[in-house]
Amino acid sequence: MKPGRRTATGGAPGCGHPMVKEAGRFNRLKRLLEEYYVSPYRGALARARREEDDLFMLFVFAELMGVPNPATYYTLELQPLLLERFHEWHRRQGLEHSPLDGFRCC
Amino acid sequence: MNAAVLAVIGLVSIFLGYRFYSKFIAEKIYQLDPNYETPAHAMRDDIDYIPTNRLVLWGHHFTAVAGAAPIIGPGIAVIWGWLPAFLWVIIGTMFFAGVHDFGAVWASVRNQARSVGSLTGDVVSPRARTLFMVVVFFLLMMVNAVFGVAISAAFQATPSSVIPAWTAVIVALAIGVLIYRLHVPILWPTVVGTVILYAVIYLGEAVPISLTAGTFGLPVGAQWILILFLYAGIASLLPVWLLLQPRDYINGIQLFIGLGLLYGAVLIANPTIVAPAINSNVPASAPPLFPLLFVTIACGAISGFHGLVGSGTTSKQLDKETDARFVGYLGSSGEGALALVAIIAATAGFASLADWQEMYSAFGNGGMVAFVQGGSRIVADGVGISTDFAATLLTVMAVLFAGTTMDAGVRLQRYIVQEWGSIYQIPVLQNGYVATAGAVTACLLLAFGAGGPSGEGGMLIWPLFGTTNQLLAGLTLLVISVMLVKLGRPARYTLVPMIFITTMALAAALVQLLSLYREGGLFYPLLWIDVAVVIIAIFVMLEASSAFLRERRAAAASAIT
Repeated sequence: MKPGRRTATGGAPGCGHPMVKEAGRFNRLKRLLEEYYVSPYRGALARARREEDDLFMLFVFAELMGVPNPATYYTLELQPLLLERFHEWHRRQGLEHSPLDGFRCC
Repeated sequence: MNAAVLAVIGLVSIFLGYRFYSKFIAEKIYQLDPNYETPAHAMRDDIDYIPTNRLVLWGHHFTAVAGAAPIIGPGIAVIWGWLPAFLWVIIGTMFFAGVHDFGAVWASVRNQARSVGSLTGDVVSPRARTLFMVVVFFLLMMVNAVFGVAISAAFQATPSSVIPAWTAVIVALAIGVLIYRLHVPILWPTVVGTVILYAVIYLGEAVPISLTAGTFGLPVGAQWILILFLYAGIASLLPVWLLLQPRDYINGIQLFIGLGLLYGAVLIANPTIVAPAINSNVPASAPPLFPLLFVTIACGAISGFHGLVGSGTTSKQLDKETDARFVGYLGSSGEGALALVAIIAATAGFASLADWQEMYSAFGNGGMVAFVQGGSRIVADGVGISTDFAATLLTVMAVLFAGTTMDAGVRLQRYIVQEWGSIYQIPVLQNGYVATAGAVTACLLLAFGAGGPSGEGGMLIWPLFGTTNQLLAGLTLLVISVMLVKLGRPARYTLVPMIFITTMALAAALVQLLSLYREGGLFYPLLWIDVAVVIIAIFVMLEASSAFLRERRAAAASAIT
């Protein structure tokens, strides 16, 4: 079958069909525009987000480090969920090893 | 002289520069290796380091470097006639800017994507690195001050541009929210935002905004400058995703549309250049062509700012080393194309030589206003829209470029002030609001200090800004040259532009010393900034000689052993 012809079952046009080609170009343009929009600021936004996340980590683990936190009752159940991020977080804060006795990760 | 012919000659020359000269530099001097593992792969973290499509990177480099400066510089420099400006833009783009931008990307890629500032410390000397930081700070202060003055002048000359220019801020905010908060696919906000930007020009035409002289006892120019810096201060404190990112994006789209429109109109309207090739009737206030031409047109011929862009995000995202040629050289070629059309607008867009001479009755005149006035006539003739509409459209385009640079410039200055607060342990300077207020105050002092109470004379800063920019370019070329010497490759292709541009910058700074002293006496702030620039220029030259002597000795010693 020639590329671009509809199949006997009336399926989607083949890869060579002008409409498919147009859609391909359109999607490529969309991807390029998205990349053009995102890439210069990807790093700055990721760092800003990480700073917010780090602050959040501090909230969650504040009580364990001796900083009174009235929201501990609520943040306690988040601790297991944030366990995976804990190691990277304390390293980013300049602490080579885990500052918490009961919370060893390295 | 026919403007369309000039445009074709210029564009073909720039293309030939890319096709042949950049190929030679890529193969024989920088010796790009398609198999070299770039930092985007070697240090990939999918945040800063990520291989990116070279077309996207080229778009970034081009739109980051091409803004209001390649419009204002040529718009002022044609006072000496169109030929010197044309030759400097074309030769500068082909043999200076292309090699500089391309080289900055290459040098950074070969050094774990470090910035040129950081490389200066290692390759040249720690003292040179300090010089680099001082030059960058001066550059930011001057660019913010001078763009504030230029936008103020543009708003006064074209009051119909006020509403569209401020609407662009609202459109940018809306795009930021739509994309980041509401996750709308990018295409629709782009299309709708662009349509609104152009549609609102009609509203600007219907409701031109002019401020009233004497409000708070201030002249109109001063009011606009204060409003603009108040805006820039607030904008620089907003999250990047909310304003700066979408504003940058809109500007990029505008640049492509604007360039297409201007070149299309030049080719269709085919205007005649009314300005003389070499102006024998230069106003008495104008400084000599040599060396001032080479600093009046910085962006558009060669500009140190490009090195900051090339060694910033670009080098971290380069997929293949061979892409550096396409991104760096061709990116700067795009800026050359914008400078070329600015020259055409400011020389062919006037009805007669007398009109042109009236515009260029004093040095510092012209600039953005001449670009708008001349360009609008060409666009109106070529595309068939009214001259007023075209003037508003071009003013909005130029104002948006300058405004976004101010947003980013004040933000960067704030970071520098905060860093000083951290280095010297002054907690108050680390506060974002205090640091922003400090940055804005420094710029305002410069704008009013140079331009008087109305700020209208502020364009006197322009040649000084260009001088500082060229010194930065000289430092970047020095880093590349020293790297080439270390690798045992010919350094003359970067060394000759480096020597030329640094010499011109020093000579221009010396010439300006005298004129600034005459202008404002011993207590004129610009005079002291110029003194600082002269000292920096001398240090740059000393650092360059000492780095080369050191490398020569090292090469001789290794040859003996």
